[in-house]
Amino acid sequence: MKAFRTLTGTAAPLMEKGKPMSNVDTDMIIPKQFLKTTTRTGLSKGLFHELKTNADGSENPDFVLNKPQYAKASILIVGENFGCGSSREHAPWALLDQGITCVIAPSFADIFHNNCYKNGILPVRLPVDVCEQLAAQAGGANHVFTIDLESQTVTTPDGAQHHFDVDRGRKSNLLEGLDEIGASLTSADEISEFETKRRLMTPWLEPAN
Amino acid sequence: MAGKTLYDKIWDAHVVHTDAASGESLLYIDLHLIHEVTTPQAFDGLKTAGRKVRRPDLTLAVADHNTPTEKQALGMAGVTDPEARNQLETLTRNVAEYGIEYFPMGDIRNGIVHVVGPEQGRTQPGMTIVCGDSHTSTHGAFGALAHGIGTSEVEHVLATQTLRARKMGNFAVEVSGRLQDGVTAKDLALHIIGLIGTAGGTGHVIEFRGEAIEALSMEGRMTLCNLAIEGGARAGLIAPDEKTLDYMKGRPASPKAGAWEVAETYWKTLNSDDDAAWDHVVHVDGGAVEPTITWGTSPEQAIPVSGKTPVPEEIADPVKRAAAERALDYMGLEPGVPIAGTPVQRVFIGSCTNSRIEDLRAAAAIAKGNKVVDGVRAMVVPGSGLVRAQAEAEGLDIVLMEAGFEWREPGCSMCLGMNPDILSPGERCASTSNRNFEGRQGRGGRTHLMSPALAARAAITGVIG
Repeated sequence: MKAFRTLTGTAAPLMEKGKPMSNVDTDMIIPKQFLKTTTRTGLSKGLFHELKTNADGSENPDFVLNKPQYAKASILIVGENFGCGSSREHAPWALLDQGITCVIAPSFADIFHNNCYKNGILPVRLPVDVCEQLAAQAGGANHVFTIDLESQTVTTPDGAQHHFDVDRGRKSNLLEGLDEIGASLTSADEISEFETKRRLMTPWLEPAN
Repeated sequence: MAGKTLYDKIWDAHVVHTDAASGESLLYIDLHLIHEVTTPQAFDGLKTAGRKVRRPDLTLAVADHNTPTEKQALGMAGVTDPEARNQLETLTRNVAEYGIEYFPMGDIRNGIVHVVGPEQGRTQPGMTIVCGDSHTSTHGAFGALAHGIGTSEVEHVLATQTLRARKMGNFAVEVSGRLQDGVTAKDLALHIIGLIGTAGGTGHVIEFRGEAIEALSMEGRMTLCNLAIEGGARAGLIAPDEKTLDYMKGRPASPKAGAWEVAETYWKTLNSDDDAAWDHVVHVDGGAVEPTITWGTSPEQAIPVSGKTPVPEEIADPVKRAAAERALDYMGLEPGVPIAGTPVQRVFIGSCTNSRIEDLRAAAAIAKGNKVVDGVRAMVVPGSGLVRAQAEAEGLDIVLMEAGFEWREPGCSMCLGMNPDILSPGERCASTSNRNFEGRQGRGGRTHLMSPALAARAAITGVIG
């Protein structure tokens, strides 16, 4: 995976009736017609497709990432349960292709949350009221935030700092951009030992039997 | 010390290694199901790194997400979308290169991955099962720890036959009493999701327990566990019992005589101890559950079919109120009106939630002697070639076709609309699938989730109810 250490960039708030949008599902992040690719790149064209385009295919000027000041946003601020639904990793790939490497929300759906870490995207959990406050600030004239994973802080344009919690293991993997498969393969002997035990204990699970 | 839950037992039996510093474990995977949409990038990564598939024999591939549901006998020539064809051909190449068993489109054993696993006897109690598809929770109906994973994790499982995982919480949903006649597992699932919300199970494995669960058929249990993910839980679980064993007996990959008896002894240990510790418990009165459908754009926006759409002003939670306003607008519904009587233009009976033989029987029982009303297009998509063949042996295809339903070939079809089966903007669909998200079945399409019986009734009356 790609490493994530610090990030200073534009934060874009994805809003719904004055609040950060909740329950944004992965169908909304990237709809099905963009899942037919065999690569991980070029998916930003599908990102939030039905929000960013009108039914006739024209651009929706009201959508946050279509506004010039947020076109290069690298941070997204959203509401609760972000990334629910399908397991499609195309969702973080599309965010990454757009240049977004940090998502701030009160909560994330499990599979999406996991998929973020696998792609060097930092999902930051902060309380609902803090997310609302950050979204309001991001909607203002100065929307450059700094995220520091080492110190686990979000710094807002006015200099205020918000501390966030992150799993220790995920943090160190992300800081060093760990090759997880390579690291797991260092346990190959243990996996082989497990397989030996498995053949004895649950022999019916071997297809050859 | 407290006893163990079923999830604890399966977890403990599969931990290869736990990293003390991070708390992350390598969990051995007994069965890895793969399909064409979420694997190309995983195989690509494997090739780039020069890695092998560790256990091709514990991996099974099907083509289901973007296969057309007609003229499958034409093979690739029948796949008109060049991107879909490329994905299917990529899977075919990859499984050949790595020696993975594959049921391609047109093979009678092919179908939706979560129908095929149990049908072939590949899904067994006590296993760990993963697939790059969130509805992998379906297999929990057999007392297997089964959940969806992302493509990077698919690559990790291919290379190591393990998953990097963290232990989740234990969540019990206790359903007492018996479901009323005409109330199905789908109604119960939507009722539970309405109760706990789409994020209710986040970070947990839900075990469904109680008299009403024991009374469910295996098909019903699969429907319920399939929808665990819509309640936020990556995995649903139901302890195996005699029904589980009866379902498994004689299936191609089920243990043969001799091995079966040994396996059975183990399977009978797979239940939660009476003194197991639960992080959450929710009680549901099974007898009080009514036929339930969704009115909105989230599976938690569920109401009895006899109920009314919500009035946003009456919703105290501002987040839920905003969501209800947006959903009513998207669905083209007025607040505070009965949902019954709402006209539909499309009916979809299928998906990994409700495309098994019992589902098709329920639809056919309603369709028999009736006609799909003018102006409604109704489609039945069996979950696999074998389900289709069984339905045809029972004459269900004739009943459905005489009533005016389209009788299609297996696949995920209109559940996610990756193949040509999609809704047009504004079209309203009575659907037995699992997600009613905006645009899920086609941009601007309006999906109401419901049981096969309610969907079939919508086809012949033209309205929800």
